Amino acid sequence: MTAPIKPAEGYAFAYLDEQTKRMIRRAILKAVAIPGHQVPFAARDMPMPYGWGTGGIQVTAAILGPADVLKVIDQGADDTTNAVSIRAFFQKTAGVAVTTRTSEATVVQTRHRIPEKPLVAGQTLVYQVPIPEPLRFLEPRETETRVMHALADYGLMHVKLYEDIATHGHIAKTYAYPVKVEGRYVMDPSPIPKFDNPKMHMSPALQLFGAGREKRIYALPPFTRVASLDFEDHPFERTRFEAPCALCGATDAYLDEVVIDDRGGRMFVCSDTDHCETRRQEGHRGALLGDIPEEARS
Amino acid sequence: MYVSVKGGEKAIRAAHRLLAHRRRGDRAVPEVAADQIREQLTLAVDRVMNEGSLYDRDLAALAIKQARGDLIEAAFLVRAYRTTLPRFGCSTPLDTAAMSVDRRISATYKDLPGGQILGPTFDYTHRLIDFALMADSETPLPEREREPGPAAASAMPRVTDLLGDEGLIEAEPAAADGAEPGDLTRAPLRVPAARDLRLQQLARGDEGFLLALGYSTQRGYGSTHPFAGEIRIGEVEVEFEVPELGFVVPLGSVALSECQMINQFAGSAEIEPTFTRGYGLAFGQVERKVMAMALVDRALRTEELGGEATHPAQDQEFVLSHADNVQATGFVEHLKLPHYVDFQAELALVRQLRREHTAARAARDAQSDDVYEEAAQ
Repeated sequence: MTAPIKPAEGYAFAYLDEQTKRMIRRAILKAVAIPGHQVPFAARDMPMPYGWGTGGIQVTAAILGPADVLKVIDQGADDTTNAVSIRAFFQKTAGVAVTTRTSEATVVQTRHRIPEKPLVAGQTLVYQVPIPEPLRFLEPRETETRVMHALADYGLMHVKLYEDIATHGHIAKTYAYPVKVEGRYVMDPSPIPKFDNPKMHMSPALQLFGAGREKRIYALPPFTRVASLDFEDHPFERTRFEAPCALCGATDAYLDEVVIDDRGGRMFVCSDTDHCETRRQEGHRGALLGDIPEEARS
Repeated sequence: MYVSVKGGEKAIRAAHRLLAHRRRGDRAVPEVAADQIREQLTLAVDRVMNEGSLYDRDLAALAIKQARGDLIEAAFLVRAYRTTLPRFGCSTPLDTAAMSVDRRISATYKDLPGGQILGPTFDYTHRLIDFALMADSETPLPEREREPGPAAASAMPRVTDLLGDEGLIEAEPAAADGAEPGDLTRAPLRVPAARDLRLQQLARGDEGFLLALGYSTQRGYGSTHPFAGEIRIGEVEVEFEVPELGFVVPLGSVALSECQMINQFAGSAEIEPTFTRGYGLAFGQVERKVMAMALVDRALRTEELGGEATHPAQDQEFVLSHADNVQATGFVEHLKLPHYVDFQAELALVRQLRREHTAARAARDAQSDDVYEEAAQ
């Protein structure tokens, strides 16, 4: 963990002015009160490009306090360039403590993953969302999809999933897999792999979703029921990997495929870098690091 | 071992330093100064002020320098700076009839009160590269018959007002008392949006996008039969009512371009046929932008005027959702951020589908072999 520092001068705490943060907090409160419902908010132009996580950044800026400990991940990793850049932004503008350890963080901002280590009460997970509307690719018009949500009219989505099964034998959605929240709103979980979907269900952590360009915030309060859409005869299936992580030997983690040569060589390693490092420190060893060392046994 | 694109802080720092170096270019050539950009690349500055939604020539010029001449990047820098500024309120409506005019033309009347003033325009230049500009040379001062200055509104009335006096063009609805226009940078845009918000989005919108949309209406995708009633460019005084004072104070003036398009008729059994309006207004000298904006504004009014919106330029959701180039460039360019988690999931599925496909074909082939064997027997 890196200790708090003095924030940069000339800007409000965490960049946004107090009125803007208050406006965002109001939207967050409404979103928490209506789980899975998309609340419009007056997203600001941020100093990062749209598509780089401006929604998540605004949500984080609005909820961050001086005592918070922030972790930022992209593709599950703390050291991807965009995660590094966002973490540095909040270090500079809010001076908060930062960490790569999931267990130490009070706020985790993420793009495309949910940490492997189960989140606990008191933690907040902030998702960066590109397209908040789960029905957008079935119906491009906001005026139409708004009515569909209001009437809980999700027939179009079920037809789409059914057509997938008829064509491919499977629901051909591997990420941004739609979920139903508390039996009411169909929600886009952001482009996390469907492997991560079950982690949203009954999580003790607060989950907030921010879409900057589309100007929407939505939320899952702690202990919310979240069900991935499926059919009785085609139940939701989590993606499974055939090999364990080559570094830490994990068999229950989401893996990145790494091309290691031009002769078809591949290795699979944990996408969650903190999870992988923690396991290695605990003595777990994958195929590439050899067997578990003697001193780590017992 | 595990070497990947995961870069980190060191790479970012080095990339930024290289970027600054490339921006500077050949160090044997003098560095361009922001005030040179402000004074000599004025039309680029105007575009950045519009798409950056902030009237500040110095800041826009500096942004152009910092962005290495990439005008969308410059607008983005201005927008991010604008976010940090407080909003004090909104001015009283600008009176463009009282504009200190630099240029004013009408395509609908040969002559009209106040006359046609050509002003600084490329319109009748021959587009021949002027190699004399390569050398240092003195540019002669302009000849003027009269110095531009604030004219009485009656001296140069707006063309639409001349038509309006005869009732030939639809009246502009009066604003409700005390009603402030909306601001889509302070409240999320919901469609259908009222005309004030639509015009705001068009004024901030990408010039190229508006140009293509306006052009499409001229080529049959939602024709509005437009005439350029009037284009005027010049300085307009901005006045602000300070609640604490209770009276209006002038804040200074802004350079504006305004285009009033006169379009074909609307009318009904009750209402006599009249011309309809399309309106464009933006900072600086941005004639192409305001003309395109006026075409698109009119196209977006199709349903309100009793037509059916069937073409892209008439479709509010389509136009308003895609006009903002800072948003558009962000989302298009974010595709270069890592997506390997999602791609991994797709990879696994396509491999599974291919396996099943092969197995199914093998089973089918085996079955048809049996059929052939049976037939042979």
